[in-house]
Amino acid sequence: MKELTCIICPRGCRLKIDDQLNVTGNFCMRGKQYAINELTHPMRTITSTVRVCNRLDCVVAVKTVPEIPKDKIFAVMNEINKVKINAPCHIGQIVIKNVLNLNSDIIVCQNIE
Amino acid sequence: MMIEKELVVIGGGSAGMAAAIQAYNEGIKDILILEKDDKLGGILNQCIHNGFGLTEFKEELTGPEYLSRFVQQINELHIEYKLSSTVIELTKDLKVVYSNCQDGLSIIKAKAVVLATGCYERNAGAILLAGDRPSGIITAGTAQKYLNLQGYLVGKKVVILGSGDIGLIMARRMTLEGAKVLAVLEIMPYSNGLNRNIAQCLNDYDIPLYLSHSVSKVIGKERLEKIIVSRVDENLQFIPNTEIEFECDTLLLSVGLIPNVGLLNNTTCSISSTKGPYVNEHMETQTPGLFCCGNCLHVHDLVDFVTQEGRTAGHGAALYIKGLSKHSQTIIVKNGHNISYVIPQYIKVENTEPVELKFRVKKPCKNVNVIVKQDDNVIKKLIKTALIPSEMEIIKINVNDINLINNSDILVEIQEK
Repeated sequence: MKELTCIICPRGCRLKIDDQLNVTGNFCMRGKQYAINELTHPMRTITSTVRVCNRLDCVVAVKTVPEIPKDKIFAVMNEINKVKINAPCHIGQIVIKNVLNLNSDIIVCQNIE
Repeated sequence: MMIEKELVVIGGGSAGMAAAIQAYNEGIKDILILEKDDKLGGILNQCIHNGFGLTEFKEELTGPEYLSRFVQQINELHIEYKLSSTVIELTKDLKVVYSNCQDGLSIIKAKAVVLATGCYERNAGAILLAGDRPSGIITAGTAQKYLNLQGYLVGKKVVILGSGDIGLIMARRMTLEGAKVLAVLEIMPYSNGLNRNIAQCLNDYDIPLYLSHSVSKVIGKERLEKIIVSRVDENLQFIPNTEIEFECDTLLLSVGLIPNVGLLNNTTCSISSTKGPYVNEHMETQTPGLFCCGNCLHVHDLVDFVTQEGRTAGHGAALYIKGLSKHSQTIIVKNGHNISYVIPQYIKVENTEPVELKFRVKKPCKNVNVIVKQDDNVIKKLIKTALIPSEMEIIKINVNDINLINNSDILVEIQEK
């Protein structure tokens, strides 16, 4: 039995999910889907920064596109922290292609001229 | 020398950019945005997490991506802006005094002004934090700026006081960058953050949230060494013998945001319970031609709503500049049972457009009716399964449903079933 707070709406139902993936405590069907996704394959978008070498005191925001498995968050952070880039850099620019073979790219999400 | 402008927008963040773009699209071309930072975008520049834009663009964007779409529009429309420009004074006849390196001290006479100056964070002094004053006590937004714009982590062992959204987001962000976040403390019996932030920023990383707890003592000579945390009773007083010690080098404060409205001191605006000015349905303050929107009007939880409010202010300013908006009699909008505030607080009797009433509840509640009424006449009734203080709600009312003649107040209240 696992317990989760549903984050789909402000109601914040307390969901209970048993080993056969039966969901209780949900007010609507969206809560059930959320609970099953969370238990079977939780995914997250990670946002972080990458150092910009040729600007003083500067980092640029990056994110994972698409989402990565939740249990790979720290492994991906480790990869992001190895990278440095130079400005100018622009939204959509790929910093790491197919990070850790997860079929997800690390892309720039801030324009620095 | 005094130059003249039709519209001056003070603040180039989400609210200010939306107001300027809206006014431009309604035919006002003589616009100047004054921004104190060296780039447009305001606080979103440091909000690198995602979740912005779901209402506005139907997709999830990070803060910098969201703001870049508006910066692009500003540039495409050639709306004039000045960066690194601080507004020093605003008068009731709409003279804007500002200063920057190129222009020195300058005065602009504006036909209309939109104030979009955002908000600031409450700090250690504001919450009467007891004990020593070592380094290592910093507001969550300042820590966010150091980390996300400059790449400096402010500490390694962190406790966060206050469960507002910035505190929750920083708990995750510092954890990702290798800091150990020991706890998030909340003095109230419920969190002030959005549910999704509690789930994805705390639960995902096993960071404990202590409800009804606060810092009773700060200990440290040069750098913060430890904090003493105590449980509080229903009157928010510390309960003896409930102390917990946390050894930490950093205490982040996420204890509330206050509209930044110091510039209104020399105007005729009075300040409401949101700590921003009273406004009508066009976000116009009691000073004719002076509009206010975004976090300096009331603190928002979603930037999408800030953008919408900026547009409303820009629309109002355009009407005012074109002489299509007279100062007429108003109907007062009041907050009733379990409503902490409603915006706007006034509706002009000449108004012909639908009005969006924005409100927050005082305390969490479930399965309730939101009632908008005038005298005993119910104008609108909305059934809500759950309402919490941290999520602002919007209720749209039709102007035909309001009795504009008898001038009675409109009341918004929560009716328990």
